[in-house]
Amino acid sequence: MKTVDARGLSCPEPVMLTDEAVKSGKRPIKVLVSEPHQKMNIEKYAKDHDISFTTEETEDGFAVMLG
Amino acid sequence: MNLSDSKKKLALAGIVCGLVAACLAYFGNPANMAFCIACFIRDTAGALGFHSAENVQYVRPEVIGLVLGAFLASVVTKEYRSTAGSSPMVRFVLGMILVIGSLVFLGCPLRMIIRMSAGDLNAWVALIGFVLGVGTGVFALKKGFSLGRAHTANRMNGIVLPILLAGVLVLAMAALLKSSESGPGSMHAPVLMSLAGGLIFGAFAQKARMCFAGSIRDVVLMKNFDLLTVIGGLFVVMLVFNIATGKFIPAFDTPGVIAHSEHLWNILGMYSVGFAAVLAGGCPLRQLILAGQGSSDSAVTVIGMFAGAGLAHNLGLAASGTAADAATGEIVAGSVPLNGKIAVIICIAVCFVIAFLNKRTEGK
Repeated sequence: MKTVDARGLSCPEPVMLTDEAVKSGKRPIKVLVSEPHQKMNIEKYAKDHDISFTTEETEDGFAVMLG
Repeated sequence: MNLSDSKKKLALAGIVCGLVAACLAYFGNPANMAFCIACFIRDTAGALGFHSAENVQYVRPEVIGLVLGAFLASVVTKEYRSTAGSSPMVRFVLGMILVIGSLVFLGCPLRMIIRMSAGDLNAWVALIGFVLGVGTGVFALKKGFSLGRAHTANRMNGIVLPILLAGVLVLAMAALLKSSESGPGSMHAPVLMSLAGGLIFGAFAQKARMCFAGSIRDVVLMKNFDLLTVIGGLFVVMLVFNIATGKFIPAFDTPGVIAHSEHLWNILGMYSVGFAAVLAGGCPLRQLILAGQGSSDSAVTVIGMFAGAGLAHNLGLAASGTAADAATGEIVAGSVPLNGKIAVIICIAVCFVIAFLNKRTEGK
């Protein structure tokens, strides 16, 4: 599984890094973010691109799994 | 409560914030200023003695309400996070640039939209610069620009700025700070209304992720119009308000609206603001909101805005607005002083240095 570690990065870097990973074609992808609004941005990105996802809370933020 | 998951909710948040701005303008805030982050930080900085421009000294409860509103909204919805450590001093400089560029144009991006809704064609000209500035920031992002990661910080760090600002409000209410007797600083809605307006605006802006630079950035970068919907809602409300109250005047040299018609400097002023806002991860409004929800990096940016406001008036960088001479009625065109022009050029140069010297590195 490819991991995108976007913890602590400012907007829009988490979405940009996720987009890069999606375009590289390797799935599934685990995206790590720290802030709730970044988690929502990744989830919205997944919805907009018809990518299934699940989210879980981690010790220092969230992990969004893109299928 | 999540206001950012549908365009309808985002537009609704923009409408609520527009209503707040319209009410404050109706009840006494300066003409077509209504709710301007840069102007209000400048006024508050003046009240604290950061500069001595007597016409623009007044603690604006709106600014304090924004931070406290975002703080409360984030605590209630469990989004509050105390974080720090993403290039704080670079952000301090970006905060200075955000305000210096804004005071050369005479308004932050929020006021640019409010001025546009009042028919001020100068603001429409400045929009060109703002979009180009955001575009340059997006180019830097695509080239790998990053200010690095923020990390979880001691819980206390995130609430320092909200507490400091609450303290400033208490001092102001006890009449211990400076307060203009004439000029824009003397024009304001009642204190409690301003505070309530700030709290409501701050809470809605926090939930809707309202950001003027982010809205254009997302369109340019990802063809995503979500954040632009919030701005659209606010614009429409202010447009209706201005038309209904006879304040919609489509013109360049309108006296009394605190604007000038030096087109190049309106464009370059807002270019520097758009550029710096993308580098800082948000416009002046968004910096206040992020600071309220616990980001010490944004709090440092806000302190940079206060420092920039002080410099803008102490060094004669801020522009003057077109005004009618009280005695003769003759219209005196507003202008940007030479110092302000030099400062904007320096601000843009500094943005380029920051943009291309701070690169994202894996694991940084």
